[in-house]
Amino acid sequence: MKRHLISAADLTRDDALLVLDTAEEMARVADRPIKKLPTLRGRTVVNLFFEDSTRTRISFEAAAKRLSADVINFSAKGSSVSKGESLKDTALTLEAMGADAVVVRHHSSGAPQRLATSGWINSSVVNAGDGTHEHPTQALLDAFTMRRHLSGVGRDLAGRRITIVGDVLHSRVARSNVLLLTTLGAEVTLVAPPTLLPIGVEQWSCQVSYDLDAVLAKSDAVMMLRVQRERMNAAFFPTEREYSRRYGLDGLRMAALPEHAIVMHPGPMNRGMEITAEVADSPRCTAVEQVANGVSTRMAVLYLLLGGSEPAIATARTEDARTEESK
Amino acid sequence: MVDDRSTTAQTAPAPPAPSARPVLEAPDIARVLTRIAHEIVERAKGADDVVLLGIPTRGVFLARRLADKLAEITGRGTAVGSLDITMYRDDLRLHPPRALARTEIPGDGIDGRLVILVDDVLFSGRTIRAALDALNDIGRPRAVQLAVLVDRGHRELPIRADYVGKNLPTSLRETVKVLLTEEDGRDSVLLGQRLKERSEGAGSGAGPDGPEGPSGADTAPAADR
Repeated sequence: MKRHLISAADLTRDDALLVLDTAEEMARVADRPIKKLPTLRGRTVVNLFFEDSTRTRISFEAAAKRLSADVINFSAKGSSVSKGESLKDTALTLEAMGADAVVVRHHSSGAPQRLATSGWINSSVVNAGDGTHEHPTQALLDAFTMRRHLSGVGRDLAGRRITIVGDVLHSRVARSNVLLLTTLGAEVTLVAPPTLLPIGVEQWSCQVSYDLDAVLAKSDAVMMLRVQRERMNAAFFPTEREYSRRYGLDGLRMAALPEHAIVMHPGPMNRGMEITAEVADSPRCTAVEQVANGVSTRMAVLYLLLGGSEPAIATARTEDARTEESK
Repeated sequence: MVDDRSTTAQTAPAPPAPSARPVLEAPDIARVLTRIAHEIVERAKGADDVVLLGIPTRGVFLARRLADKLAEITGRGTAVGSLDITMYRDDLRLHPPRALARTEIPGDGIDGRLVILVDDVLFSGRTIRAALDALNDIGRPRAVQLAVLVDRGHRELPIRADYVGKNLPTSLRETVKVLLTEEDGRDSVLLGQRLKERSEGAGSGAGPDGPEGPSGADTAPAADR
């Protein structure tokens, strides 16, 4: 049995730093004429996407290909899933094809966990976003981006103040980021209307505020979350206009940030809603850089999970850490 | 060869076996590097287009020292960098993934230049094979040469060094450990005996790559492959 990356909580501080340091070296491959490493030659990575995604799927695909792995893309649309095939049968099919890693995005929270622990497959499972639960590689690439701007390569994020603003309730990015950034020593503050905060948020290892203007001046990075209308089955705020007035980031609010602070967005952006075009296009916004960093970070994750006889990260969850050579 | 590539990733440096004895001391190492520098200048006819690439960890320090010596001799700076070969190793699947080291190619690149790979110990030759593969992805040098501080024999591939600090005939039961001030606080080359449990526990996956002498690829004859 191999290791998986299901939750940002699976990563210790050392694990997380190892991923970020490895990603730093992977990033240098992108500057070379031949952007490819032979490391995962002969390994198969399946991108199993039950939910729409642009950047995450492309990012994982690019990462696996740069490491010379074979990539099989599977999206639920146009597959037997639309004929009613279950997750289990899909998994058994992948196992029969000899997948070494399954990168899974699913609309149900917990699907990757089920895939990893059910015994249906032997491959590593990497969570690429499950429902409103977690998105650990996004948190890693966010931490990578913050580290480059705020504390420097090789360091953690000790004492950095990160503000995450918006639809926390539906955001797997927020949950994974709170877990990972806290592990790395950052102080995280969530800002959202009370209706968009999940139940139990007071037990998360972070501060909560309802007032964006009050925290801006003390933020080293502000992460704007997308308002996920597709997941909203009720009225969480009166009007879009009121939301963007109170929780949107515009030029004025950006000016209130400390000079070194960066503006982050995991994408896709709703311009005019949580972020104005002026901010989105400003040099302080790292949204595009985050995409580039995503490839390096995912290369690091795939290398550390698949590159050797056993994974180098996230080993805590399983008892029998060492097995025979992988197929 | 491959020692020490994994020092940071794996176990802390084990102390050399009690019986380890020095075969080269600091002044010897300095003399040897001066000689190699002169040989490079002689063979490369002035070392104009030389790029020194050290293989982490200790090869990098040796490459920098060689660059300083070359500068003293020729009066010009020599391009120096590092080449991490981890992702090109042939024994990756026998051990847990290793932490990567820095690859730093000098600004002008390596195309059409004379690349001299620098490493501390030449043993199985597998590190150098990996380095040649890595170079292939970075550019096309005019020629590639190899400089090592110690050649301890037991090659498993048709590879030889162009510049050798010291030829050190060893048995496979012995370990060769290079200490450098930059990394270890002092300069020395130690010849020791491999600890018993180390050689016996060298099954695949056990990863006997301490920083000490033979490691990963080097124990290959013992490991079944």
